[in-house]
Amino acid sequence: MHAIREALAAVRRAPLLTGLSAGMVALALYVVGLFGLATYNLHQALTRVEERVEVVAYVRDDARDEEISMAEQDLLAMEEVEQIRFISKEEALLAAREDLPEFEDLFTGMDVNPLPASLEIVLRPGFRTPDVVARVANRLSVYPFVEDVRYGQEWVDRLYLLQRIGAMATMFLGGAFALVAGLIIGTAIRIAIFARREEIYIMRLVGATNGFIRRPFLLEGGLTGLLGGILAAAFTFGSYLVVSRAVFQLDWMPLDWILMGIVAGALFGVIASAFAVRKYLREV
Amino acid sequence: MIKFNKVTRDFARRGRALDEVSFELRKAEFAFLTGHSGSGKSTTLRLLHLADRPTSGEVRVCGFSSDLTSDREVWKLRRRVGMVFQDFRLLPGRTARENVEFALEVTGASRSEILPRANRLLAQVGLSAKGGARAEELSGGERQRVAIARALVNEPQVLLADEPTGNLDERASRGIMELFRELNASGMAVLMATHDLELIRAFPSIRTLELSEGRLVFDSSLSPAATTGGS
Ligand SMILES: Nc1ncnc2c1ncn2[C@@H]1O[C@H](COP(=O)(O)OP(=O)(O)OP(=O)(O)O)[C@@H](O)[C@H]1O
Ligand SMILES: [Mg+2]
Repeated sequence: MHAIREALAAVRRAPLLTGLSAGMVALALYVVGLFGLATYNLHQALTRVEERVEVVAYVRDDARDEEISMAEQDLLAMEEVEQIRFISKEEALLAAREDLPEFEDLFTGMDVNPLPASLEIVLRPGFRTPDVVARVANRLSVYPFVEDVRYGQEWVDRLYLLQRIGAMATMFLGGAFALVAGLIIGTAIRIAIFARREEIYIMRLVGATNGFIRRPFLLEGGLTGLLGGILAAAFTFGSYLVVSRAVFQLDWMPLDWILMGIVAGALFGVIASAFAVRKYLREV
Repeated sequence: MIKFNKVTRDFARRGRALDEVSFELRKAEFAFLTGHSGSGKSTTLRLLHLADRPTSGEVRVCGFSSDLTSDREVWKLRRRVGMVFQDFRLLPGRTARENVEFALEVTGASRSEILPRANRLLAQVGLSAKGGARAEELSGGERQRVAIARALVNEPQVLLADEPTGNLDERASRGIMELFRELNASGMAVLMATHDLELIRAFPSIRTLELSEGRLVFDSSLSPAATTGGS
């Protein structure tokens, strides 16, 4: 009760400083929020791409059927493989005609089918990662009837890389802003302590516990962080709206992520002020 | 209740403030601590409140030892030992009652008992009528009474007073002395630092300890025949 009242009084006493601290926390968490949004959307994109991750083996025209079905048995025995589709030369041509109607003339005029038959290997969910894809592709390429193996390796690799870069940038930039936010919260707490040094002296004199003396300052830091977290969530949502309208449709992050961010802000505020309290309470 | 055992306090620049001082104060005893300026009176009282620590030797107060009580536990001692000062140290801008209420609130008194207890404490120091006056509007004697009321919020067993009458005229000083005598009569030990020799002479029955340059040079309980005041 006392702590809450005192924390609110401190905010009222120095609204500019509280606003500034909350703003810096907001900026730090906004960076984290933006990268969070990007990471989430990359993740979604990756999942969507991953659903389509498959390995295609083009089959030589002179391949024998037994050869192919033996290879199919072999591959199906691998735990990474979910399903194998055999696409014959005729099916490939049909599909090509459907996909590329502009070239209908070209297709009709041909007397030999230039398209190879192929095996499409669909991977099990959870195994649609670059290294599994590469492993299955390698395995395929050793069959003598296989002419060539294709898979969207560059794409998958690039998305994974992007995701990793995103996470790193989030950590570095978010960390840098968090550091600045921590310094500002520390200064705000120091000023609050200084403004109340007479009360703090009397509290010590009559036997208030250290915890009782500290609590209002920790709470003030927590409130600042909470405010910063909420602001950051609002900024991030604003950016999401703008990008979705003007550039391309994004997915909004799940609620847990937002709540986690806000809680992190509050927690960060408490920790930053705990450091400040440890440092400055001795000086008064 | 209070025990100084060969207590020495050295300050880095000013040198030795107390030099192997030993004395005891029993439960409900009253003593003056005298000596000229810089003799170590305030240092003695600060050590008794564990606001300072001895360089060597041991301070014991109400079962708390300077050797064993960590800074985190000092609050427990402070609730057993009240302290008042020459300059009162009231919170400015607050009324007499608010000053007492503040001390009650920060030491965990429940909300419903804060006001009645503050009123009772103000009555005990004879300030019932002035509860609503701000600290700045009170006379020196009245301010010291507020400070005493504040020192009593946790019903301490010991009251330490550092020159409590130093800023008061004779009448007000006598009033504060009366109050201390009453508190002492109800069982509270009182240790009062003062260099007001007239005041000391006015209460010959009260034990007197004298410091000089950090040494305890006189204790009236050991040599009752000697006259107090040294030189
Ligand atoms: N915090 C400190 N740092 C350095 N020296 C100190 C400190 N506190 C006290 N001293 C020194 O210790 C000695 C005793 O000081 P103390 O305040 O105890 O004297 P006193 O008897 O209370 O004097 P007065 O009657 O003037 O209040 C003095 O020489 C003083 O300068
Ligand atoms: Mg002094």
